[in-house]
Amino acid sequence: MSIVETRSVRKHFGDVHAVDGVDLATKEGEFLVLLGPSGCGKTTLLRMIAGLEDPTGGEILIGGQVVNNLPPRARKIAMVFQSYALYPHMRVFDNIAFPLRAQGMPRAEIPHKVEWAAGLFGIEKLLHRKPRELSGGERQRVALARAVVREPAVFLLDEPLSNLDAKLRTSARDELQQFQRRIGTTTIYVTHDQVEAMGLGDRIAVMQGGKVRQIGTPQEVYDEPADTFVAGFLGSPPMNLVEIPDCLLGFRPEHFLPKEAHESRDGLLALPFHITRIEYLGADRLLYGALEGKFPGTKVISKLASTVSTLVQPGKTQDFAVREKDLRFFDRQTGLRTRARPV
Amino acid sequence: MATLGEDLRAPAAGRRFGFVLDRPEWLGPLMIAPAVLYIVAIVGLPFLLALYYSVSDISMGRRTLGFVGLRNFISVVPTPKFQTSLQNTFVFAIVSQVLVIILANILALALLKDFRGKWLVRLLILLPWVAPISLGTIGWLWILDSIYSVINWTLEAVGLITADGWPMYLGKPYLAMGSVITVHVWRLLPLATVIILAGLTSIPKDIHDAAQVDGASFWRHQFQITVPLIRPILLVALLFGLVFAFTDMVVIFVLTRGGPYDTTQVLASLAFFTGIQGGDLAEGAAIAIFLFPLLLAVAIVFLRIARRAEVT
Repeated sequence: MSIVETRSVRKHFGDVHAVDGVDLATKEGEFLVLLGPSGCGKTTLLRMIAGLEDPTGGEILIGGQVVNNLPPRARKIAMVFQSYALYPHMRVFDNIAFPLRAQGMPRAEIPHKVEWAAGLFGIEKLLHRKPRELSGGERQRVALARAVVREPAVFLLDEPLSNLDAKLRTSARDELQQFQRRIGTTTIYVTHDQVEAMGLGDRIAVMQGGKVRQIGTPQEVYDEPADTFVAGFLGSPPMNLVEIPDCLLGFRPEHFLPKEAHESRDGLLALPFHITRIEYLGADRLLYGALEGKFPGTKVISKLASTVSTLVQPGKTQDFAVREKDLRFFDRQTGLRTRARPV
Repeated sequence: MATLGEDLRAPAAGRRFGFVLDRPEWLGPLMIAPAVLYIVAIVGLPFLLALYYSVSDISMGRRTLGFVGLRNFISVVPTPKFQTSLQNTFVFAIVSQVLVIILANILALALLKDFRGKWLVRLLILLPWVAPISLGTIGWLWILDSIYSVINWTLEAVGLITADGWPMYLGKPYLAMGSVITVHVWRLLPLATVIILAGLTSIPKDIHDAAQVDGASFWRHQFQITVPLIRPILLVALLFGLVFAFTDMVVIFVLTRGGPYDTTQVLASLAFFTGIQGGDLAEGAAIAIFLFPLLLAVAIVFLRIARRAEVT
């Protein structure tokens, strides 16, 4: 049993409510991503689960047991830090062996175990180096090996990829996911990068202002955002939001296409679009401009895949449209999702 | 373009000095010159003079100065007074430094945590360092006095000693050594604490968090993570403290003047009593620089280890 659960967990720093009543429960062996902008409380929540911060209120359960009063070492967790936090004065071997020695494993078993963990990440050849002699990617692997070595019940990862360069990050993401699938340990992963979150997570908990705004599979949070924050935070560019008489109308830029680019003419909401600027991004084109007709002046963005061959030109007003089933409606006051209605 | 070039040249003639300050090859030496002059005048020259005195036959009131080679050393080193002082110097320096390092580590760790009234505790700890040493030591002279000692008065009031059993802190050999070491520790503790505190704050918080998550107990955390990481700065603190303890005599001069029966006499105080008060400048100089080669070696070794131990 290695399910992590938080029950109305709160953390206040003076008047700042860093985490403001979070209820979460992972599933067994799940890869759960905490996603949100900086300052949303995701790292604080992770640190409370690790036992590095004391919650102001609420309960944290690991494997069904309340762990609020347990120190980190008694929680059967392992954590990887954004900075990797390798011990700079120890060789890689001693870094990985450190948790084993701390838990009092017999001396003779340690080398075997360290080699096993190093083997998982292909760093057997680095065991005699000091952390400063390693590249960023190698340090990250050492940090992961140190986390894995004592076979924790839960992995906590705090933006472990953010210090890698873009190319390495993609391959590291792939390796990380394969590794997690293989060992099947419940993992909580904190990031502010939506691509990472979408790519890695079984489920994503989107956080803002110390609260969880929505929790669901990547597809759910992207396709069915629970409120305007989630709609705006996920997706690049974010969902277009248009004020209509009694609510907010949302649609994704990639659904906002020239009329003739839609497969069918039925069930379309026509929106004349005055294009002011076009960004050519290779695989896509981003069209910036404003609506005309029913909702004049509202700024929106359209994202055309390179497969859309319709001619678009800046300075012109063209017939654009969104399929009605791709429309999302939000309450104007609360920002929460509301039922669909005719526009 | 031509006018622009002239505009740039024109003020250069009028502000030549200003441009000198902009050039690193001039600015650097200029900035460091006062420090170099100061050290040469206050430390360098007297040191060379002492070196020369130690191989001469100079004494107070004599106008001639003859070279005598190592005669001063040969005559003073075998004397019991010198041997006792040499031994005392090592006891004094090593015991006080061991205490300083242990206590400073504890204090620095305590001061790293946040608690109410931390500023007050910091102020109190720094106080011995900012107060003039001789003044503070005179305070201790009263605290340790054979008749007016507040320590004895308190001990008697709570019934731990009787009126006729008052310890003579400065009058009994071992107690006297203990007393001068205590006061010296009191005096050097602030510096060492501040140095170690600086070292502790330079360790990234993530490292401590990682050690906690990895399951390190308090002692493992201290001795396998914290101490190794501050080792370079710890060595610097130790080096400072050792040099201080080996060469300084203010505490001993004020408290015991080397007594009773030379049991707290160290080389620095012996040099002073022989050379300045006894008038034998040559022998005093020989005693004073006797430990110089050793201290130099200690300094070189420490700084080398400190540099090699630098991590990250």
